Amino acid sequence: MADILLRLAGVHTHIGPYHILQGVDLEVPRGGVSVLLGRNGAGKSTTLRSIMGLWTPSEGEIHFDGARIDGQSTPAISRAGIAYVPENMGIFSDLTVGENMTLAAASGKMDPQRLSWIKELFPPIATFWDRPAGTLSGGQKQMLSVSRAIIEPRKLILIDEPSKGLAPAIIRAMTDALRQLKETETTILLVEQNFQMAKSLGDTVAVMDDGRIVHAGTMAELAADSDLQERLMGLSLEVHQ
Amino acid sequence: MSSTAIRPKLVAASPAERLKSAAPLLLAPVLAGLGFAAIGDGATWLTLTVAGLAMGLMIFIMASGLTVVFGLMDVINFGHGAFVSVGAFVGFTVLAWLAGWTQSPVVMLNLLAVFLAILASMAVTGGIGLMFERVIVAPVYGHHLKQILVTMGGLIVAQQLIHVIWGPDAIHLSRPPSLQGAVIFGEAAIEKYRLFAVAVGLVLFVGMRHVLRSTRIGLLVRAGVENGEMVEALGYRIRRLFLLVFMAGSALAGLGGVMWGLYQETITAHMGSEIMVLVFVVVIIGGLGSIEGCFIGALLVGLLSNYMAFLAPKVALVSTIALMVGVLMWRPQGLYPVVKAK
Amino acid sequence: MINRLLSGDRPRSRLLAGVLALILIGLAFAPFLFPGTKSLDTAARICIFIVLAASYDLLLGYTGVVSFAHTMFFGIGAYGTALALSSLGPSFTAIVLGTAGGTAIAAALALAIGLFSLRVKAIFFAMVTLAVASAFAVLVSQLSGLTGGEDGLTYKIPRALGPAFKLMDGKIFGVRINGRLLCYYLVFFSALVLFLGLLRVVNSPFGRTLKAVRDNAFRAEAIGYRVVWYRTTATVLSAAVAALAGALLAIWIRYTGPATTLSMEIMIDILLMVVIGGMGTMYGAVIGATLFILAQTYLQTLMASAEHATEALPLIPLLVAPERWLLWLGMLFILSVYFFPDGVVGRLRSRR
Repeated sequence: MADILLRLAGVHTHIGPYHILQGVDLEVPRGGVSVLLGRNGAGKSTTLRSIMGLWTPSEGEIHFDGARIDGQSTPAISRAGIAYVPENMGIFSDLTVGENMTLAAASGKMDPQRLSWIKELFPPIATFWDRPAGTLSGGQKQMLSVSRAIIEPRKLILIDEPSKGLAPAIIRAMTDALRQLKETETTILLVEQNFQMAKSLGDTVAVMDDGRIVHAGTMAELAADSDLQERLMGLSLEVHQ
Repeated sequence: MSSTAIRPKLVAASPAERLKSAAPLLLAPVLAGLGFAAIGDGATWLTLTVAGLAMGLMIFIMASGLTVVFGLMDVINFGHGAFVSVGAFVGFTVLAWLAGWTQSPVVMLNLLAVFLAILASMAVTGGIGLMFERVIVAPVYGHHLKQILVTMGGLIVAQQLIHVIWGPDAIHLSRPPSLQGAVIFGEAAIEKYRLFAVAVGLVLFVGMRHVLRSTRIGLLVRAGVENGEMVEALGYRIRRLFLLVFMAGSALAGLGGVMWGLYQETITAHMGSEIMVLVFVVVIIGGLGSIEGCFIGALLVGLLSNYMAFLAPKVALVSTIALMVGVLMWRPQGLYPVVKAK
Repeated sequence: MINRLLSGDRPRSRLLAGVLALILIGLAFAPFLFPGTKSLDTAARICIFIVLAASYDLLLGYTGVVSFAHTMFFGIGAYGTALALSSLGPSFTAIVLGTAGGTAIAAALALAIGLFSLRVKAIFFAMVTLAVASAFAVLVSQLSGLTGGEDGLTYKIPRALGPAFKLMDGKIFGVRINGRLLCYYLVFFSALVLFLGLLRVVNSPFGRTLKAVRDNAFRAEAIGYRVVWYRTTATVLSAAVAALAGALLAIWIRYTGPATTLSMEIMIDILLMVVIGGMGTMYGAVIGATLFILAQTYLQTLMASAEHATEALPLIPLLVAPERWLLWLGMLFILSVYFFPDGVVGRLRSRR
């Protein structure tokens, strides 16, 4: 059995009066990309936010790298080694690109080697270093958000729909970058609705619907089994092309 | 990777857009110009303008903490005025202890005494801010109605405690000799203390800008104002940051209290809640959470109050309300609306 | 019958019903039960402040909006009546005209403030009302030609409402039946009608929508309610009733000045009454206002004797001095916001 980095067991999360997660069981193996698929409102973002401690689960357990993290504060979870790229990208638009990056390096100093690697991965980060982040385009903001998540070495990166609202060419560029990131043995939990992107990056896959995981397995298995795809597709996969 | 798709691209701001964002900056000079036109007499205008700037900067000192606290944690402290009063009274006590220095004709000793009084007030109000945040504000996070009520309750208690400690009567607070009197510029007499207040206010504004723009804490505060959740997700404890800002804001209010007390030369337990009216007007004009807006708003209110006090004294305070209404008609969220991530 | 008068909003607690009945009987028969000028004055004040606090609760408790301009509207009503009485002479026409004028101005001003500042954020409203009300208070004391400035206005009321006017010779239960008694009952019945009217409003479909808006403005908006409209209407209504209460005060004490109507102290008194009595229930205003006025009138005497008794001790006499009673109220206020936000009424209802 593979080494499990992150494990959710029977996680329930309520937001106000709404019962969003209704017992999520999810395992993310160490190394590689796990993809979380599902239609809008299935609870994917809430799952990531619950892992991050931005919502507190009312029931269930979340284990990360041997320690239980549910109920811990968001900063503590972040310091445990999880980076988060939220759906809205969470850019500080009033700060420059460089300042955004500085804050993301929690130790206070950016590793120059890592920084130049990031600048290669995402050239606009270098070009617009001194510009207010608010002036970037949507794709550039997404790159900045991912860059912030990887400026420090992290054990796990949660990325919420990096393709959302982006043009196909930029999605391809983003996919390329994430593939290079994957080669560095970073574990990524990716929420995605774009099946092409998910298929080309994912090692394992889980499909959510109505606040539960309805399918879990390898991406290869899902990619090969068109029947299964069809069944899940009708349920939850919306192919955006 | 395909770099064509992500070729750097920035849309240049059109001149109209630039004017739009710079327009608030022009308001204070425009107001000063209008004031000149209405007053007509250069010397009077200069006296009033310096008085207005002094008043505006003192209000800015008091208001800055309030607006950042709001920006960061969506907390509005209706008891902020208590720190102003407490600061003034602590300053008074210290100045009374240092009577030898304050009455000395030596300028340095005078200034040192005022400096120590300010330091003591800031320490005390900062400490009370810590307690206030922990005891009064912390239990009601995220609940505006209760925040307003509870901080108002805190204000009442603080004012009453001032009565208990320093007695119920207004206290006369005299300026040291070197801050008394006026200097003459041409035909205009300008009170020394006002120049002193302008200097302190400007130094503070520049310092605050520096902290917010160039230090890690400052960057975190600005980031937190926009998106507190993301600051936490990057591993920073925003509650601690907030406590720090709350204390700093309270200390600044204390500083403002000493300055204002020396300006008015009379201090009462209610002076804080009285000045809060102008502080709120300034914070609203500037845009809740915006420090630049707060600065401009404070200058506008200071100038307008002094011009109107000369032109039509009875409606001076009403004119600042009219200013607030005017600004809100133009920009319903204030001069510099704070961008909040959703 | 009683149910209809109360608009179906029963006290829902035997103890609360008992206390309310006691207050009602006490106020209705105050001139006979508690003879003497001071106690009659206290009773009239209680009537007026019940209306004032209840109208404030319409905003604070039912709409979830904090206003610091309630005394401004109260003052506008009082000054309207006072100005009419002092310029037109002591007649009932003057009272009617002044009251109507004051109420109309208060409502119009409330409409303007509401439309202007309720669009943005509820917290904006609190700050804007605080600023506007303070400016108004300063303006009133500045315009001394019209308002008498800090000294305020003293005037005569119609003779039929004064002590010199005798309805009949002799006494009933040892009480003279004169114009002053008539005036008390004018205040009492006006207050009763206004209170029952407010009770009707909060139990109407409008009142229920207000609560829905308070609990979840976002959702109410999504369902299609115009949140700003509801909040502004509540503001206007509350301001109008506050102005009427102001008119009652102006008639009762035959004097109107900034300290008795416009001051921030009174605003804080109203806040304390509503919060301690219980937000979001009209009966809370009754309990809060009654307790508060009684405490203000009689507790301070008690504190004075406590101060006297502890004279020899350090610090304690300072803390129990009658002037310090706001200190204790302030603490009580904070504690009640934390620990029993439903106030006395909530407490009484929860233990049935």
